[in-house]
This record gives sequence, structure tokens and C-alpha cells, in this order.
Amino acid sequence: MAIVGYLIRRLLTGIIVVWLVATITFFLFFARPVYTVARQVAGHAATPQVIQEAINNLGLNQPIMTQYWHFLNGLVHGNLGYSYYTGESVDMMLKQDLPPTISLVIGGMVIWLIVGLSVGIISATRARSVFDRVSSVGVLIGLSMPAFVIGELLIGYVFQPLYSHNIHIFDTGYAGITSGIGPFLQHMILPWITLAAIQAAVYTRLSRGQLLEVLGEDYIRTARAKGLSERTVVFKHAVRAALTPVLSQLGVDMGQLLGGVVVVEAVFGLGGIGQISVEAVDQDNLPVILGFVILAAIFVVIANIVVDLLYAALDPRVRIT
Amino acid sequence: MATANGTDDNVLVRVENVVKHFPVKAGGFFRHTVGQVHAVDDVSLVIERGKTLGLVGETGSGKSTLARCVAGLIPVTAGKVFLNGTNISELSRGAMRPLRREVQMIFQDPYSSLNPRRRVGAIIGDPFAIHKTATGAERKRMVQELMERVGLNPEHFNRFPAEFSGGQRQRIGVARALALRPKLIICDEPVSALDVSIQAQVLNLLADLQTEYGLSYLFIAHDLEVVRHVSDKVAVMYLGRIGEAAPADSLYRQPRHPYTVALLSAAPAADPDAAAARQRVILAGDVPSPIDPPAGCRFHPRCPKAQEICGRVEPPLVTHDDLGPAAGPPAGWGPADPAGAGVPGIPGGETHVTACHFPVVPGETLASARTPAIAAEREPA
Amino acid sequence: MSIQSELEFDAHLTEEAQQQVGGQVQGRTQWQLTWRRLRSDRVSMIALAVIVIMVLLAILAPAVAGLTHHSVNMAYPVQGENEDGNPVGPGVNGFILGTDSTGRDLLVRVLYGARISLFVGIFTTLIATVLGVSIGLIAGYFGGVIDTLLARFTDAVLAFPYIVLALALAAVYGPSLTIIVVMITFFSWAGIARIVRGQTLSIKEKEYVEAARSLGAGPFRIMFFDILPNLLAPVLVIATLYIPNAVVFEATLSYLGLGVQAPTPSWGNMLSDAQNFYQVAWWYLVFPAAALLITTLAFNLLGDGIRDAMDPRTEKLIAARRLRRRLTRRTINKGNKEALGGVVAGGTAADESGKRG
Repeated sequence: MAIVGYLIRRLLTGIIVVWLVATITFFLFFARPVYTVARQVAGHAATPQVIQEAINNLGLNQPIMTQYWHFLNGLVHGNLGYSYYTGESVDMMLKQDLPPTISLVIGGMVIWLIVGLSVGIISATRARSVFDRVSSVGVLIGLSMPAFVIGELLIGYVFQPLYSHNIHIFDTGYAGITSGIGPFLQHMILPWITLAAIQAAVYTRLSRGQLLEVLGEDYIRTARAKGLSERTVVFKHAVRAALTPVLSQLGVDMGQLLGGVVVVEAVFGLGGIGQISVEAVDQDNLPVILGFVILAAIFVVIANIVVDLLYAALDPRVRIT
Repeated sequence: MATANGTDDNVLVRVENVVKHFPVKAGGFFRHTVGQVHAVDDVSLVIERGKTLGLVGETGSGKSTLARCVAGLIPVTAGKVFLNGTNISELSRGAMRPLRREVQMIFQDPYSSLNPRRRVGAIIGDPFAIHKTATGAERKRMVQELMERVGLNPEHFNRFPAEFSGGQRQRIGVARALALRPKLIICDEPVSALDVSIQAQVLNLLADLQTEYGLSYLFIAHDLEVVRHVSDKVAVMYLGRIGEAAPADSLYRQPRHPYTVALLSAAPAADPDAAAARQRVILAGDVPSPIDPPAGCRFHPRCPKAQEICGRVEPPLVTHDDLGPAAGPPAGWGPADPAGAGVPGIPGGETHVTACHFPVVPGETLASARTPAIAAEREPA
Repeated sequence: MSIQSELEFDAHLTEEAQQQVGGQVQGRTQWQLTWRRLRSDRVSMIALAVIVIMVLLAILAPAVAGLTHHSVNMAYPVQGENEDGNPVGPGVNGFILGTDSTGRDLLVRVLYGARISLFVGIFTTLIATVLGVSIGLIAGYFGGVIDTLLARFTDAVLAFPYIVLALALAAVYGPSLTIIVVMITFFSWAGIARIVRGQTLSIKEKEYVEAARSLGAGPFRIMFFDILPNLLAPVLVIATLYIPNAVVFEATLSYLGLGVQAPTPSWGNMLSDAQNFYQVAWWYLVFPAAALLITTLAFNLLGDGIRDAMDPRTEKLIAARRLRRRLTRRTINKGNKEALGGVVAGGTAADESGKRG
């Protein structure tokens, strides 16, 4: 079956990409002299002996290729090494910190797709109406604001005032689903809104523009002339054609998305893997950074494959070859 | 007539057995060739100095491709193109460059053949700039001379193409082609996109320029009436091969190939009575795809005169001058004798050659695929 | 519409495409037409004015520092902080916008932050545009292996999570402005290159390109004289819209601590610090955020405006707008509002596609 072959090919390419990313990051790290790294880990007050010990402990005195080999070996076995800082196994750390990130990504994506597409479609079908004008202003503002500003404003002027009056609708930090749906939503709504706001703006504008162009095409006029109801015309014919560029935009956005995730986690203190990695940068904690990088690459690859499959399903002109 | 080496002084361009195939690719990452588009399949012709060769055919007949092969714009898959005795089909791009001055093109669409962002003076001056023949004030003077020669106001040097009409834009194209005094100008349907009244003006301009500068034209069109007006020799192409070629009046007086006959019968005639009197020949089916051309004579699936041999053997391009006004083909001219007694000739030359096993004789009426309604309506009440 | 207003409507639609310059007849270039349309668009003009003012303020930042006698990195613990050690508000003690967490003049720091943001935004976009256009042109024009390689590379860069690279680079080299500039440029050119490549592919098929080739023009001449002029319009729009992206990018990276480091002010790191003080010092959060928002908004509006101005279909909207205004004035004078009906509903759905909002 063509699809199976396609999938295998994409997965193979994907593995190569992930490997490339990991390797580049790994070797990039070694641009810095080992001594400085060890000193950072050991602390400023450390004596040369302590630093040397640190180097030995962390295995930094071995030749690069040996370290690389260890790294690859570990990778294949699912072992991502140990944090320089706390000594914990990196995969443990990642596993613990993955849930907030996943909740954020999935919830955010759902919200922004639904909001973005529906507002875009409605705006297009009611072009130049009040709704359209208001939503365009909203879009413009959403496009112009960085995520962290939105997040800060939400915390400062929504969360904080409510909290100080003991209204606990929202909360910072993270509470998993296991703590109950209520607390989960409480903690996640503001972060979701923050992540979704900008993306929703982009997708609103994109879907609106695409839909408007499609609605102006001759074959839509024909469909109307045939007597089909406006709803059928829009949803059955126009939206399909309009959505394909939106979908390809989604594929590209996967990379951007991760950046947004890191920011939102930092603002709301969600403790997801994004936030951990930023802290790791401060600490020169290579294994953790590597762990995040690899996860990120895997995510992007898989997301792109999914998007491509959806694209082929949506647009009959594209064949899986 | 041409000698074996093509060194005849009269001949400016000689095309020898040119083949041009375009590969059809399939597959995603590892693309492979699954077929060939047989755009041009073994075409030979000559263009004489100072004369016009008209090339007629439907879309897909390969005439534009052949033109570009002659212009050296695309490489040939096989065969040779000689320009003034030089084989240009084998030249590298660098060696080809100086020869580009000898061959120029005029394009069909006056709206897309000129860069909308550049001023007309710059467009016409391009050839001088590219070949470094004139600069500055000298170039400007020559450009304005050209503009005047083709009938444009030289004051409009600084305008943009958008500010000109279609006919004027074609004139700009002509001026650009004329700049370096080429020997051959290939006109790829130069008047198809123009209003009829403007067509005449542009055609007259081309004729004047031909006399004044001794130009040769390869004139491509699908409108037979236009071609008749301008050409000395005419060749008719079908699906990558030449079906018939002759000096213009011979072709129009006595078309031999059934395809030519059908084409001529379909051309709108100005006089309604003459149109009614003329027999419309309607061909069956559509033009087949050039990826998979029919075996034998390429026209045979649609030909009203096709016989069994037509699907097997490709008819050679030969003269049938011995065919007089008799009612039918001469004895011995049947299935047993496919090659016939004709002399091979080359399109663009003096002889009337046809590639058909059963050419149409004078007075013969071809069967039609269906009866045209118009003729029925015109029956005197 | 009455016959009178219809005629006027038509007359306004016809653009007079010539102007006499001396004795020679000049054609109006595309740029002149675009500028005329842009000028009639109030929103874009305001956006442009805002940008110019911002740039001026950024350039004059040291002068402002001199005027207020507060230098940019100098903390003023006595005047700048109140009894609790918290920042003072706008207008207090000569601090026009208040102070930040360590008692530094917020106005001065915001203006210095503007220098960084605007510099990063414009400079990186400039370089990214040059790179992107070159690569897109070459990939699109030459096709074949070159195109495949370049196109796939471009796609890879586009899809790459920038945060990953930013983290890695910051980890290796320590955070700095240089990293930001390199990063942003690296990720911006790909978007531009992709669009340029697409445009080049379609322009390449036009007959005038073929004509140039038949004249004997070499590839670089064709790319420069024939393809590039037709690219400039979309490239200008994209570049203007990429500037705010770059500004936001820088702010985000600085916010995360991966970019400009304290004490150098950047809107990003100021906002990061402000998080801890918004309860006691709302101005610390609001003013840098406002500056950021205004800047990006202005560029976005201008970019949209330029895009609309380049589209000849806008002529109809502009004419309709003008006519509407004149009719409103006249009909209000006459006390007759019926004439408005037919004109206001001008423009089909197709005109609206891609328009601002």
C-alpha cells in the first residue's frame, strides 16, 4: 500500500532529522572549553581539585568521540544521560515534566484552531459587517503582541485582582488532571488563552483571507446558481479548498509553537519541559538541554507527518507518493 | 534544391530530422521517467533567405516546440539545425550567444511578452545592451529610430507597456526583434491575440520590413487565411510530423493531405455563398495525446480515407505531382504499393510534398464524420 | 445613483496615467502610483508617522537622558524609590514615566530599549531580505538540483523550532545581542526565500523572460532586470511585516533571559523584571508593553497598508471612499440621504480578500 511505504519513508527521514539535530546540538556544546562547564557546575568557590573531580565525574575528560558514542548508545536505549546539576536521570525529569507541556499544547491547539477557524470563517461569510470589523481589530492586536506580554497582562490584571479578593477562579502553577478536572482547568485556562491568542489571530486572518478568495471563484458562483443553500456552498465546497493552505501553515507552525510553549510555561510557572530547559541553559546543563532538543525534534517530525497526511486527505490533488 | 551538405546559398536555415521529446516524470522523491511527449518527431525543413515559411497546425502539433528548436532556445533530442551552415544544435550556450543576433523571436501574447515593470525604451534597447553594441545616447538614438520604423512615436520612449494598445505592443516586440538586424525572425502566432483590423496593420509592417531588410520569417499560426497572406511556402504539421508542405498557392489550390483539406474546409470564409458551396469536412474524434501517438500515419484514426495500411506504415513525405485531375488514383497505387512513385522533397522547398498513402485528388470529396447543420439550413427553401 | 454621480464616479476611476515633465512624456511608475494610494489611506499614514516618531525618539534617547538628568543605567535609590524600596510612579520626583525596580528612570530606559528593538527589527529584516531574495531567486530560476537542495534547506529551516537553537546557542556562547541578531536573521530569511521562490517560479514562465533568453541574455541579467523588478512589490510587503516579527522575537528572547542581559535595557528583559512588581508598580509593566505594542502594531498596519496600496483593485475602494465622503457632505447639505445607498455597497467579495483586517 502506498501509504505504508510513504509512512516508512517519512519516519526514516524523521529519524535522520532527529539524529542530526541531536548531533549538532551535542557538538555545538563542545565549543566551550570543558573547564568552564565544570566550573559552572561545581560553583564559583570551587577549588581546582573540586573542578577536576567534577570533570572526572561528569566524564568530561574523555575524548569527544567517546562521549558522543556514549551519548548515542544511551539514546538508542532510551537513556538520555544525567543532569549535571542534580544528577537525576534526564528521562525521569522529562517524564515528570512532560504532562504540563502536553496539556498546554493540546488544550491550546484545540482552542486556537476552533476559535481561529470559526472566527475566520464567520468573518469571511459576513465580510465588512460589524463582526468582521471587530474581529479584524482583535486579530491585529493579537498579531502585534508577544505571548509573554499577554501572559503578564493576564496575570497582572485578571488573575491578581481576583486572587487578592479571594476569588479563586484561576491559579498559577500546574495541577494535573489527576487532581480533578476543576483544578486542572483552573490552572490551565489562562495559559491556554495566552498560547492560543496569537495563534488564533494568525489563523483567523489566514482562514478569512483564503475563504474570501475561494468564495470569489467561479465554481462557487456556479454552486450558488445551482441552487445549493449558502451553508452547503460554504461548508461543503469552499471551506475545503480554503483549508489546505491553513493546514500547510500548521506544519510550519510546529516549530514556532514550541517557542510559544516555552514562553508561556515561563510566565505561568507551569514547570513543563520548556521551562526546565531554559533553566538548564542558565546552568550549562547539557544533558537536559539535549533531552529537550531531541524531544522537540521528534515532536516536530511527527507533527509534520500528521499534517501531511491530513493534507493529502483534504486535497485530492495531492497523492501520497 | 538542397544538396546533401546543406550548403546551398539560398538556404538560411536547414532543419534535419529533428526530434524533440519531453520526458514525463512520476514518483515523489526518486523520480523516474514513465513516458515521453513526442512533441516533434523527425521533422526536416528549409527556410530560404528573404522568404517566409508558414507553419500551420493545431495546439499540440509541435509547431511552437519546433520553432524554439530552430531558435536554439531548447536543445534537440536528435537531429540537426543548421543556421547559415553552422550546426547550432551542438553549440554550447556561450558559443550560441553571438549567433542569437541572427535569430530573433516575436511572441504571441502582446501582454505578457513585454516586462510590465520596464520602460519601453529599455525593452527595445535590451539587445544592444546584451550584445554590447551601443550605449548611452547612441543606443537611445537607435531605439528611437526603431520605434519610428515600426510606426511608434519615438517620444514614447519612457512609457510603460501598459500604456500601449495590443497592436502597439506587438510593434514594440517587432522593434525589439529587429534591433540587431537578424537574418531570421520567428513569429510565433504574432497576430492571434489581436483584433482583425490590427492584424492587417502588423502583417503589413512585417511584409515591409521583409522587403527592406531582406528578412526571412518562420511564421507560425493556426489561422490558414493569415498564413496564406504572408507565406511563400507553407508546411502543415500534425502531432509532431509534417503532413504536407508546398509553395503557398499550390497548397491552397490543391491540398493533397486529408488533414489539410479538412483544415481548409473549416476556415471561415468571408462570402456566405462561397461558404455554403464549400464542403465542410468534419473529422471524427479528438487529437490524440502526443505521449502515445498512433502507429503508422498519425492521422489515421481520424482520417476519412484511412485504410489498413495507414495504421501500419508511416507514409513518407514525397511529391505526388503525377496525380492529375483524374477521378481516382492511378493504377498500381493501392495497398500493394505503399511507397508509391513520388520523389522525396523537403518542406520549404519548391516541391509540393505530402505524407499520405492516399492523397486527395482534385475533384475528390471527402466523407465527413457528421453532416454540418449549417449546410443543411442553407438548402434553398 | 443619479446620472451625474455616475459620471463623476467613472471619471474618478480613470487614472490619468501621464504627466508632462518638460517636453518628454513620462509614464507613472508603479511606485508613484503605490505612494499615491498609500497617501490616501489615513490609517497607514498614521502608522508611518508613529514609526517615524519612534525612530526619532530612539535616536534622541541620549538627548532625553540628558534633559532629565537621568542616565540609562544609573539607579537613583533616593529619589527613585519610596519608603518601601519600591519604584515611584509617573510624574514623581522628576521621573516622567516613573522608575523601575532599582530606581532607574523608566522613560530613558524605554527609549534605550527602543533603540535595541528597532535596530534589531530593521537590521535583521534587511539582511534577511537580501539573503532570502537571493536564495529564493537562485532556487526558483535555476531549478533542478540547485532548487531541490535550496528548497529543502529552506523548508528545514522554516520548520525548525527556533527556541531549540536559541537555547543551544545561548548555552554555548552565553546570551548576548549578537546571538539574537544571528538567530533572527537566520530564521527570517527562510520565510522570505520561500515566497520569493514561489514568485520566481511563476514569473520565470512568462513570455518576456523567454524573450530575454532568446535575445541572448544571461541568467543573472534576466534575474536582475526581468524577475527582480516584478518581485519588489511583494518583497516590500513581506519585509515590512517581518520587522514586527523580529521585534517580538527579540523581546521574547530577552524575556527568557537568552538575549540582552541586564543592565542593558530591552523591552523584553524589562517586562521580565516587571512581572514581580506589577502589584506595586503598574507603570513598570504598562509602559514597556505599550511601547512594544505600539511599535509592532504600527508596522503591521503599515505593512497591510502597503499591500493594499500595491493592489490595483484598491482603486475601486478608494474611489468609492472618496465619492462616499463627497456625497455625504453634499447630501447632508441637501438633506437627502438616499444617494448613499448604492455607493456604499461597492466592492465585491473578491476585493476584500487579503485586505486589512
